[in-house]
Amino acid sequence: MTDHAHMNCEALLGSLSEYIDGELSLELCREIEKHLAGCENCRVVLNTTRRTIDLVQSPAESVPVPDDVRERLFKRLNLDDYIKPNS
Amino acid sequence: MVNPTSQEPSLEKLRNGDRAEFARLVDAYSTPIYRLGLRMLGNAQDAEDILQNTFLNALTHLPEFEGRSSLATWLYRIAANEALMSIRRRKPEVNLEDLQADDPDADWMPATFADWSNLPEAELLSEEGKKNLEAAIAGLPESLRLVFIMRDIEGLSIKETAGALGLTETNVKTRLLRARLHLREQLSSYYGEHLIREEKK
Repeated sequence: MTDHAHMNCEALLGSLSEYIDGELSLELCREIEKHLAGCENCRVVLNTTRRTIDLVQSPAESVPVPDDVRERLFKRLNLDDYIKPNS
Repeated sequence: MVNPTSQEPSLEKLRNGDRAEFARLVDAYSTPIYRLGLRMLGNAQDAEDILQNTFLNALTHLPEFEGRSSLATWLYRIAANEALMSIRRRKPEVNLEDLQADDPDADWMPATFADWSNLPEAELLSEEGKKNLEAAIAGLPESLRLVFIMRDIEGLSIKETAGALGLTETNVKTRLLRARLHLREQLSSYYGEHLIREEKK
């Protein structure tokens, strides 16, 4: 990783999450983008961190509560009357 | 915010003991709470216990709930406490409050720089890839995993996550960054090998 005059890699890492989440000021975003343009390792860290978050949010990763678990839950809560197919 | 059904259940109806409304609340949040239990405890039986205890607790304490946070945040707070109690029973040595913002042990600093971000999703989330991803999430320290699950998997905001876990927003942000970088590092080791194999083909 490299050290630039305005922002070094460590400073970029410290702001990485907020940059990804779009929570930084325009000014700070520009500083980050200037650093990214000249630092391949930081670009890789940004790309792969974004992709990591995408993957865990993928619908393929989302599994609904199993029907038998739901049914036992409703019985435990004395909600037997409301056990119907889970839509 | 996670809200799998079209409309948030009515707090007024819930407080008045409306059972149909409580059933609606259960259906709206049982999936994310079950998943949270699965990912925190790692097995279906404990996840089911957390799910049941969360809603039993909610039922008991609904009359005291003042609505200062959303129902979702309140439920997540109960579920997180149930999960933490269950972890403490099993692993009393785990300290969930010991992560300081200025922790000098920078073991979360990136060390692997393979750019696997353009690999196709079908390859990243193959059966083996999914198992690896779940193992990597399970390998996060408990104090980071809860924050990561709530913010990045279940989609709570920083503020909601802080409210649900009784942490400051700054602390949530610090833990989230470390969790993301820790997970990225694990995935980079795994997918980096895929890249090398692809290049050899």
